[in-house]
Amino acid sequence: MSAYIIRRLLYALPILIGVNLITFVLFFVVNSPDDMARMQLGDKRVTQEAIDTWKAEHGYDLPLLLNEEARGLDKLTETIFFQKSLKLFAFDFGSSDSGRDIGYDISQRMWPSLAIALPVLLVGLSINISYALMIIFFRATYIDWGSVVLLVAMMSISGLFYIIGGQFLIGKLFHLVPISGYDTGFDATKFLILPVLVGVVGGIGSGTRLYRTFFLEEVNRDYVRTARAKGMRERVVLFRHVLKNAMIPILTGVVAVLPLLFMGALITESFFGVPGLGSYTIDAINRQDFSIVRAMVFLGSVLYILGLIMTDVSYTLVDPRVRLS
Amino acid sequence: MPVILLTDALIFLLIAVAIGFGVYAARHEHLRGPWRSVGRSPVGIAALVVIAFYVAIGLLDSLHFHPRLDAPTPAEPVQQEAAPENGAPDPGPRYSTQVLSVLDLWLTPLRERDEKTFSAPFATHLFVKEAIEQPDGSTVRDYPRLTHGGAHLKNPANRTADIVLRTLLGLVKGLMAWTLILAALTWWLARRRGETFNDCARAIWSGRTQVPWRVGLITLALMTVLGFVAAELAVKYHILGTDKVGEDVFYQSLKSIRTGLVIGTLTTLVMLPAAIILGIMAGYFRGLTDDIIQYLYTTLSSIPGVLLIAAAILMLQVYMTNNAESFESLVERADLRLLFLCLILGITSWTGLCRLLRGESLKLRESDYVQAASALGVRHSTVIARHILPNVLHIVMITVVLDFSGLVLAEAVLSYVNIGVDPTMNSWGNMINSARLELAREPIVWWSLAAAFVFMFTLVLAANLFADVVRDAFDPRLRSLR
Amino acid sequence: MTEDLLLRVENLTTDLVTRVEGGERALRVCDGVGFEIRRGETLALLGESGCGKSMTALSLMRLLPLSGRIVSGSVRLDGTDLLALPEREMRRVRGGRMGMIFQEPQTSLNPVLTVGQQIAEAVKIHEGRAKASTPARVVELLRAVGIPDPARRAGEYPHQLSGGMKQRVMIAMALAGDPQLLIADEPTTALDVTIQAQVLRLLKGLQRETGMAVLLITHDLGVVAETADRLAVMYAGQIVEQANCDDFFAGPAHPYSRKLMESVPTAEKRAGELAVIPGRVPPLDRSFGGCRFAERCFREMEHCATTVPGWFRAGPEHRVRCLLWADGQPSFEPATAQAASPANTQTAGEALVHVDALQVHFPIQRGLFKRTVGHVKAVDGVDLVLRAGQTLALVGESGCGKTTVGKGILQLERPTGGSVRYDGADLARIGAGRMRRYRKDLQIIFQDPFASMNPRMLVGDIVGEGLQALGIERGRGARRRRVAELLDQVGIGEQAMERYPHEFSGGQRQRICIARALAVSPKVIVCDEPTSALDVSVQAQILNLLKQLQRDLGISYLFITHDISVVSYLAHEVAVMYLGRIVERGTTTEVLEDPRHPYTKALLSAVPVIDTEQRRSIIRLDGDMPSPAQPPAGCHFHPRCPEALPECAKAYPEQTRLSDTRTVRCIRVS
Repeated sequence: MSAYIIRRLLYALPILIGVNLITFVLFFVVNSPDDMARMQLGDKRVTQEAIDTWKAEHGYDLPLLLNEEARGLDKLTETIFFQKSLKLFAFDFGSSDSGRDIGYDISQRMWPSLAIALPVLLVGLSINISYALMIIFFRATYIDWGSVVLLVAMMSISGLFYIIGGQFLIGKLFHLVPISGYDTGFDATKFLILPVLVGVVGGIGSGTRLYRTFFLEEVNRDYVRTARAKGMRERVVLFRHVLKNAMIPILTGVVAVLPLLFMGALITESFFGVPGLGSYTIDAINRQDFSIVRAMVFLGSVLYILGLIMTDVSYTLVDPRVRLS
Repeated sequence: MPVILLTDALIFLLIAVAIGFGVYAARHEHLRGPWRSVGRSPVGIAALVVIAFYVAIGLLDSLHFHPRLDAPTPAEPVQQEAAPENGAPDPGPRYSTQVLSVLDLWLTPLRERDEKTFSAPFATHLFVKEAIEQPDGSTVRDYPRLTHGGAHLKNPANRTADIVLRTLLGLVKGLMAWTLILAALTWWLARRRGETFNDCARAIWSGRTQVPWRVGLITLALMTVLGFVAAELAVKYHILGTDKVGEDVFYQSLKSIRTGLVIGTLTTLVMLPAAIILGIMAGYFRGLTDDIIQYLYTTLSSIPGVLLIAAAILMLQVYMTNNAESFESLVERADLRLLFLCLILGITSWTGLCRLLRGESLKLRESDYVQAASALGVRHSTVIARHILPNVLHIVMITVVLDFSGLVLAEAVLSYVNIGVDPTMNSWGNMINSARLELAREPIVWWSLAAAFVFMFTLVLAANLFADVVRDAFDPRLRSLR
Repeated sequence: MTEDLLLRVENLTTDLVTRVEGGERALRVCDGVGFEIRRGETLALLGESGCGKSMTALSLMRLLPLSGRIVSGSVRLDGTDLLALPEREMRRVRGGRMGMIFQEPQTSLNPVLTVGQQIAEAVKIHEGRAKASTPARVVELLRAVGIPDPARRAGEYPHQLSGGMKQRVMIAMALAGDPQLLIADEPTTALDVTIQAQVLRLLKGLQRETGMAVLLITHDLGVVAETADRLAVMYAGQIVEQANCDDFFAGPAHPYSRKLMESVPTAEKRAGELAVIPGRVPPLDRSFGGCRFAERCFREMEHCATTVPGWFRAGPEHRVRCLLWADGQPSFEPATAQAASPANTQTAGEALVHVDALQVHFPIQRGLFKRTVGHVKAVDGVDLVLRAGQTLALVGESGCGKTTVGKGILQLERPTGGSVRYDGADLARIGAGRMRRYRKDLQIIFQDPFASMNPRMLVGDIVGEGLQALGIERGRGARRRRVAELLDQVGIGEQAMERYPHEFSGGQRQRICIARALAVSPKVIVCDEPTSALDVSVQAQILNLLKQLQRDLGISYLFITHDISVVSYLAHEVAVMYLGRIVERGTTTEVLEDPRHPYTKALLSAVPVIDTEQRRSIIRLDGDMPSPAQPPAGCHFHPRCPEALPECAKAYPEQTRLSDTRTVRCIRVS
């Protein structure tokens, strides 16, 4: 098992290097640091000195790949590629263009993100599974048909409208919870209710529909017939046999996104003013703070790959047929 | 003088591909059969009618041209375009640098009748108070009359009666148009089926036809009547209100259709070749080819999609501001950005299909008929073209249809984060983005949001329902589950 | 007599409703089915695929799929009308008084629950015992079905058990409620013959001990003859004949049953052609105005198509639904309506393909850098000689590597060792480019006629594929003419060219596959179980065709099969394979009449036969075939061998040559 995980982690390295190269090309080769400086300084007619000062301040005044002027190993390390790209591997994110320590910001903002994403995932999962099970129990009836139409309709509404609608209805019309903002500790709860609710409701359409197909696939298998032939109740058959098998794709799917929960929900967070990583990313995009975007790309890839590895491992835990090879 | 924007060209290419595929599908039973069952599903037909309306508007909006300048004096209200031609003593017909589409031409009344700022749907007065100069010289702070909306009414109190009247008129016109279509269709069907007109009409009406014409016609009636009523009213009112700069929201919503459709279709078009070729190659050849292709798509899909798009769009922005002079007009610039967005969305979304195709090809290459083909000495390229590709085509088709609605929704979110289409381009995302800033107003400015919601929801719902029908028809495994 | 009666089914009629374009289509899968089962007896329900026998069983259990509905009829189990019971009560009957086991043990067990848990479920439902005693009862049940080390096995998952073991677990589960009636739906079809013998024997034993009745659903006449007391023959949703076994096998009364019997290949029929039933089973979505078999019947009379036949008595316990019996006993010609062509002369043809020490190993990779930690030795040193115009049968149970041998010869699977010499070249050593030259001489036919044709291609293109690829017929017109000729040759007709494979039945598709192989005029065809997915009457057609083609074109076959009866009918030589190696080889007569290797003996004895006089006592083999990744040391067969000696575990036995044509690898033979 541990050997397997080590191997998978080693496999992850070339992928991360690839990610790094892509971001490096996007951020430094397509547009030169000069372009970036001009963009940041805003004016079209900025002087070359201003550009150079900005570059020096932010550490962009080095050559891209090879520093001819430096000696020895510094030839390679005193470059933008090493300083800005390779250092990410040590989770050294550097400082943002506005001068803040990105690593510190991330460690601070990760928790509010998680405080929304985790409840959304758990509550959503339980609601979706129960609803899908109910549909399956009443399969080939009008409840089934009506639910599918409802789910498709819910899927067809953009997430933005769930947020706007939730904010308007619950926050503004009924004044149940604050519309936006955040607090520390337990006081945060009242700020969390609305985003979590919106996240859950917004996910019901696609989630329940997906789980319904998982259940449908299982419910027609031979072993279900065997269970019925034993004289089991339909309800017990569903819970004990169908649910248990359908949970394999559901759980492994959840495990795959588990690490990405840290990344937060982009739109929700910025709408509700939650100081998480999602709103951090959006702010960075809007402020065109490339250092943060670069750091988040790297972090996202690492978490994605972590999710892949965890998925494979979780298969071995929930599915007796799969063994690591 | 016609102008062909890059996306226009690709749309025409897409249509050509679609027609070519249609001809191919019609000749192959395994494709024709499922499509026939799509055509026989009531939900499928209803969704298809709705989508057809959207597509028609989108296509009208894709025929671009430079309008001809009639008078030598360039008094044409040039909207967003700056730089009118100065003193070019060209004797021939002169063209504006403005780029318009056929739809713009058709909607000229909507396009040109701007108000000062916000006004509610069907309003006769502006939404905000202004200082109005009374005939007696004093000034009062009140809601001024709109310049265009309901301007024909002498007394704004008569508005309701006027609206009802015009609605009825639109209703009648719409029903008349629909009856014409109905008659034409029945006549055509009757000829094809060799029945009398009356028999055929009765068959349609009682739902005894194989293709559910009745459902299609009811949907069509709904859409036609809605269209005619809207047209009738839109001439005199801003039926969906106006936005902050006084532009008609109904016009914006209609113009946004093309953006949504382009994103939903061109993205898949640009990603298809890579996904199909690489996916099949990885699965069929295995070994090193497989490793490389798998590495490629794992790497790409490991980058969070939004961030990759953000990074790419930001870079494009930097490039565009630094090379502003190389774009002739704002429209062209916005168009390039749209195309680029499609490209980058394609890059983030081909991996899913590629993985699916790889898995399927892995299975197919072990199938008995591929083995039989290799025993017969058939070359790899032929095996792929003849045995693998036709047997994965249904997956491609299901993916294309399924992806469409997701992409339309994605556009809204991306535009909201400012990494979507150009801010000057009409899109539902931009409409929502600009409207949400007004949400805090009291009373609330809701019409832009509502318009974007209704237009988007209708399209996405129709697309989702259609996708469901297509998937059921093409995926035998799912069909057996029903 | 009446107190003997356990189950009485009367006029059972079941529809399967399928949604088709523009409405619903009802298939009447059971139409007025009626039969009786007495306590403790075995009734076999015999029929070919699609005749409605499984649907009958599911109707009895009221376990039909959602689309199925019982239209009318009554099912009385010991006096209770099952069809009238409320669902609650019915649940108590299911798995209680009536147990059921299914055809596919692989998929019929829940993969994520342990075997013990699944049996315990059944125990809890029907015994209502205190939970403490449940595990003991589970172990007891597992022991009763002959699973070694039951306490340990109860904690294992289904995928850890072999197919035979899984079927035993299924039986244990059905036994949990002490059923009065066990419905066994093709319980051994998915199993190898030695395992089949084990399971059938187990069922018989359990029946003796518990006194339960068995409804055995099968398509295999041999299984019926060996296990059933009475049988009912089903055709197109109806029972057409009922009899006790002795009467039936002495002389089937229905023309369909007769033809079915005659189409079973045996050694005696070698000389001629097998009986075939023309046409196919009529679709069940219409009502029948006459006899359902009339249009395929060799004794069709004028009024057969218009009069629905009732039951006629053909003996004291023998009833038949055929108008021939309306006027008393009809006379049937003796079962040798076959053209007696001259017996195949045993002149050994010249050797065409030499396979020497062929090895196909698949690496098992594991660890940090995908190290190869072992090999699955699918084929581990096989020697064969294929002779021109003759058939070599390669016999063995599933997993013994026989299919891999075929693919290894054709280079569809690259051999890891040994040589395949053909026409002066070693095919195992030449590259893919040079191999193309030999492709036209070596062809293959697959087992599953549904999977072996590209569903997206027209039959004409499928058959012409080789002609085009190998550049034999470059012109389109010439190619089409040749394809038409080939389709005629295999009895399909050239109008098939413009149609898709799914429009044809299994037998027809297999003919098309044969035409595809024939197209390039091959010298050798590897037939990989070409008839095992087909019904026996269709199998007869294909075997006849293959035989005729061999006679006309002088093709030699490598006939890969697990079915001994086919071998005895078709093959000139036999090679018996066990775990990647050939254990015995010789002419058909030599091997089948006088098997020398203990494995061959066991294999042959396990084959169920119809003729009671030919029946031999079954040599029981314990356990299952070991994994080819870790074959036992010494003789691969010794752990299961009834005649094993201590020396057997030391080294793999050398080949013993008994005659020019005969070799055995066993130290007891010398």
